[in-house]
Amino acid sequence: MAGDSVMSSYWRGVRAGVPFLFVVGPFGLLFGVLGTEAGLAIHETLAFSVVVIAGAAQFTALQLLTENAPTLVVIASALAVNMRMAMYSASITPHLGKLPLWKRGIVAYFLVDQTYAASLLEYEERPKQSLQHKFAFFLGVMTPICPPWYVVTLLGAWLGTSIPPSLGLDFALPIAFLAMIGPLLRTPAHRIAALVSVILALGFAWVPYNLGLLIAGLGGMIAGAQAELRLGSTP
Amino acid sequence: MTGTAELWIVIMALGIGSFGLRFAFLGLVGDRDLPEWLLRHLRYTAVAILPALVAPLALWPAATNGEPDPTRLTAAVATFAVGYLTKNVFLAMGIGASVLIGLSALL
Repeated sequence: MAGDSVMSSYWRGVRAGVPFLFVVGPFGLLFGVLGTEAGLAIHETLAFSVVVIAGAAQFTALQLLTENAPTLVVIASALAVNMRMAMYSASITPHLGKLPLWKRGIVAYFLVDQTYAASLLEYEERPKQSLQHKFAFFLGVMTPICPPWYVVTLLGAWLGTSIPPSLGLDFALPIAFLAMIGPLLRTPAHRIAALVSVILALGFAWVPYNLGLLIAGLGGMIAGAQAELRLGSTP
Repeated sequence: MTGTAELWIVIMALGIGSFGLRFAFLGLVGDRDLPEWLLRHLRYTAVAILPALVAPLALWPAATNGEPDPTRLTAAVATFAVGYLTKNVFLAMGIGASVLIGLSALL
């Protein structure tokens, strides 16, 4: 029974992750194509996706490399884009922090926007699950997101410029995340946090290296925590 | 494109740095209990970061060089509205994608 339901958690994770194929597919393909266009060998582009495994940071690094920016600037800028991962790590620690170290290492490696968002939504909707179920769900979500990321990168690098840029594919990522935000807005405090973060994100969009995102994220978190205290709404 | 050695330095540094950012709290905090004030803030990480990530992309899409685009904006509003009202992520994605494809074909 317990074994059964751990597997069912895994498969529920797979189902939650599958729609992200429509995000990862075009996004990874595009990275592969741009890598080849920038003069990278196929194995170099693939190494980017396997070692770094972070779309936005990879695009940032590739862009700056083609502009011949200094190495340190390339690294610092791409890591700044990835700074939100530290917030994801902190946010998921109350749920997965009790795992053995090597399993936490696995979670950390596969912790990307999509796996984080889908897992956190699950943990919030079903808070009473055991640690094993939560870990199984995470691995389930990761399965249709991360390995396909490598495959489509390879495919894009290989096909190179023979793929025409198709209209609308760029918008798969915003659509996927927008769909997940609504169900997360469970209490007035959640809605206030989201509203404040949107206002700050648009207001600070001019800040270089994507740091406006961090300002907005921190501002939204503070707004949510304050609203929770004042409205007395328990999550 | 710059030299291959530089490329590999960038790839390795980004790999180590990105893993470090992701491992920071999971690995170092682990099973120690976090203070209540911090947990209270972390409860709002997802609803603070995800909208902040999406809002500029929806309003100023890179594909239109940052010009607001009625098709993408309508699809974004429809996706969010369906997700908020029905709490159904897949339905929201499906309707959002349909609106995007439908309007692109019409306009």
